[in-house]
Amino acid sequence: MSEFRERIEAAIPALRRYARALTRDAEIADDIVQDTLVRALRSEHLFHGGDMRAWLYTILTNLNRNRLRTLARRPVVSPIKDTDATASGPDSGGRDIVRALEMLTEEQRSALLLVVLESLTYREVSEVQGVPIGTVMSRLARARNEIKAYLDGERPALRRVK
Amino acid sequence: MNDRDHVSEEELNAYVDNALPADRRGVVEAWLSTHPDDAARVAAWRRQAELLCHRYGHLEYETPPPRFNLDRLARRRFGALAAVAASLAAFLIGAAAGWTVHGMETEKSSDLVRFTNDALVAYRLYTVEVRHPVEVPGDERPHLVQWLSKRVGSPLNPPELDKQGLKLVGGRLLPGPTGPSAFFMYENPAGERFTLYCGRVSDSETALRYTTGGQNAAYYWVDRNLAYVLSGPMETGKLREIAQAAYDQIDRRTAPQG
Repeated sequence: MSEFRERIEAAIPALRRYARALTRDAEIADDIVQDTLVRALRSEHLFHGGDMRAWLYTILTNLNRNRLRTLARRPVVSPIKDTDATASGPDSGGRDIVRALEMLTEEQRSALLLVVLESLTYREVSEVQGVPIGTVMSRLARARNEIKAYLDGERPALRRVK
Repeated sequence: MNDRDHVSEEELNAYVDNALPADRRGVVEAWLSTHPDDAARVAAWRRQAELLCHRYGHLEYETPPPRFNLDRLARRRFGALAAVAASLAAFLIGAAAGWTVHGMETEKSSDLVRFTNDALVAYRLYTVEVRHPVEVPGDERPHLVQWLSKRVGSPLNPPELDKQGLKLVGGRLLPGPTGPSAFFMYENPAGERFTLYCGRVSDSETALRYTTGGQNAAYYWVDRNLAYVLSGPMETGKLREIAQAAYDQIDRRTAPQG
């Protein structure tokens, strides 16, 4: 296998993680990852070295943005229903954070996930999103404040068991 | 307090992300020790990161399923979602990161191929919808047909597929590669959904053709500059019968009289 393919292959688990969190839907996420891989393989001649991961995240982020654009005419989907489907059993902490992700704009969500989950630098995220670093930072700050407000407001006060 | 000691919200974020210049770390830590509200926010943000990693981190250690085999994917021509967005994505990817897009748009595809891919994507997107599969329900058929005919710019008449066990769930308007497209959804008692996607194309007429995408398949044809794509689950074997019935009905309706 070529070095190019080896590097793509090594990135698949992380791409799946990012896509799953970005879409909150396992099936859609894996479809997007697959399309990202197909596109990357087809575009080998366009990749002139550099950061493979940032390149793949860029493709994935754009494919998801296009998917949402196709969906734009769809009536607003109730976030509660969607997250119920993705929530897993007693993992209420997980469900809360999944619901909280629904509160964000697509750009905020992408910025937050790339930094927190994928450990990209602000500069890398600015390349992926095609915006200045300052914009990435304000998206990140807004995302965190939104999530905090959501979790603070929605989660019932934790009762300490004595 | 002077300006150098003031810590901005962005610096608090950078502190959490370990993205702060070394000489500011100490300043931020001193700030946090005297600003409990900010310290609490920083702690909450860290907790968010933990929750996210807890929820999604396991995927990093999961062996990817076989569908991601790169040798196999390299032989594929279209991705399920990618085909629709190909030219747009090529542009955005190039624009976003400065990579050249030369060569990426040379993939030749006729209106009809793009149209069929759009139809399959629409099928996949909307047939899984429980609450909002359609914009106008099938029991408002006259209104639905009138509205979509007007938007597409040609008289439409979704086929009656009762004999095939299908009832019209309803329809919606979708963007297509060449203009507005109408999307009709049918459902059988088993809950299987089939969709008919139609819109204007430049080809004037073609025979019935077959294509697949992912788990789904479609029959498509053109009749008097209107392209039709009938999509459904691939494995059930009912698709051909349904497509043939739809094709025959549409053919009869649009055939020259006399």
